[in-house]
Amino acid sequence: MKYIDPHIHMVSRTTDDYQRMAQAGCIAVTEPAFWAGFDRSSVQGFYDYFRQLTEYEPRRAAQFGIQHFTWLCINPKEADDPGFAREVVSLIPEFLDCPGVLGIGEIGLNKNTRNELTILEEQIRLAEEHGQMVLVHTPHLEDKLKGTRIIMDALAASRIDPGRILIDHVEEHTVAEVLDRGFWAGMTLYPDTKVTPQRAVDIIEMYGTERIWMNSAGDWGCSDPLAVPKARLEMRRRGHAVEIIDRVTLNNPLTFLGQSERFSVDVESA
Amino acid sequence: MNVPSENSCPMTRTQVLDAYFMEHRARLLDIAAFLDRLDRAAGEPEDDIRETSFRRALEILTDGRTGRAGRILTMLSDQTTELPVSAAGMKGAIGAPVSLTGDPS
Ligand SMILES: [Zn+2]
Repeated sequence: MKYIDPHIHMVSRTTDDYQRMAQAGCIAVTEPAFWAGFDRSSVQGFYDYFRQLTEYEPRRAAQFGIQHFTWLCINPKEADDPGFAREVVSLIPEFLDCPGVLGIGEIGLNKNTRNELTILEEQIRLAEEHGQMVLVHTPHLEDKLKGTRIIMDALAASRIDPGRILIDHVEEHTVAEVLDRGFWAGMTLYPDTKVTPQRAVDIIEMYGTERIWMNSAGDWGCSDPLAVPKARLEMRRRGHAVEIIDRVTLNNPLTFLGQSERFSVDVESA
Repeated sequence: MNVPSENSCPMTRTQVLDAYFMEHRARLLDIAAFLDRLDRAAGEPEDDIRETSFRRALEILTDGRTGRAGRILTMLSDQTTELPVSAAGMKGAIGAPVSLTGDPS
């Protein structure tokens, strides 16, 4: 079995994780730029992070036969200071032609503030101007429903085709609106927050397999880099066909990500 | 239009119970023990939005209607529409809104 984990923060994970993911069938990952767990003290800190994502991490992944792709942005948690955020955003264009860069992400909202929305809108404009795909982070817990709606409105005001935008961290109360508005939906498999593998499979049973994927969003917090293969097992346990399982964990990521000319995975030889 | 479809789980009711009953029996007892623990703890009952919303969620579990996970998540969501300027000084998300509105649906 082969799968793609389309949202995972490998800079926070060990080589043991890469090895276990490879053993479980992972052939490719995509890594959005996000919050490090603490606020970076300078714009230069982001420059170094973008170099890590575009230069160093793909080499580390390759040692385990895993292809590594990335998305660049300033994350919403550090976007509450617009002046600082704009300086970071101004660094992004020089990285957009690097091999493995798929687009702008994970942009979105954190506490649903005007400052965050301003920088979100500016990064949507950046994606629009440079013809980039977009990966969206939706807020946590009680802030998710409101934030998801504000984000979708901001995206709908742009000229970016919703089919080139994935809205991540959907749950039972947001998935229908995301799909109805033509966006792709991502489910994040976390032990306590977001969805468990069981609930992700429930959502697939209720809302279908079109324009949806799942990811581990493994990072520096409580998370599980093997969450996607665990969800595959959950689907098998329930008697879902292998074709359905492959669709949500391999073929759907290939379809969405394949819209970028910088994404190419040879599944047969992987 | 995306609507939850009936009969979309490939298992029978008995198979679902065979696969998941023990696991969720344990979680049910965790919730019972958690409520007992609140009873035994010092402080006034239900003066915290987390506790109020938790009890509201228990009503949703037993109202006999489906879509429970989505309805609980919606009930636990911030229903305000105004946007604060900055997050400076704001606490992180706690899993329940500042206040509850409407009926528990
Ligand atoms: Zn993430």
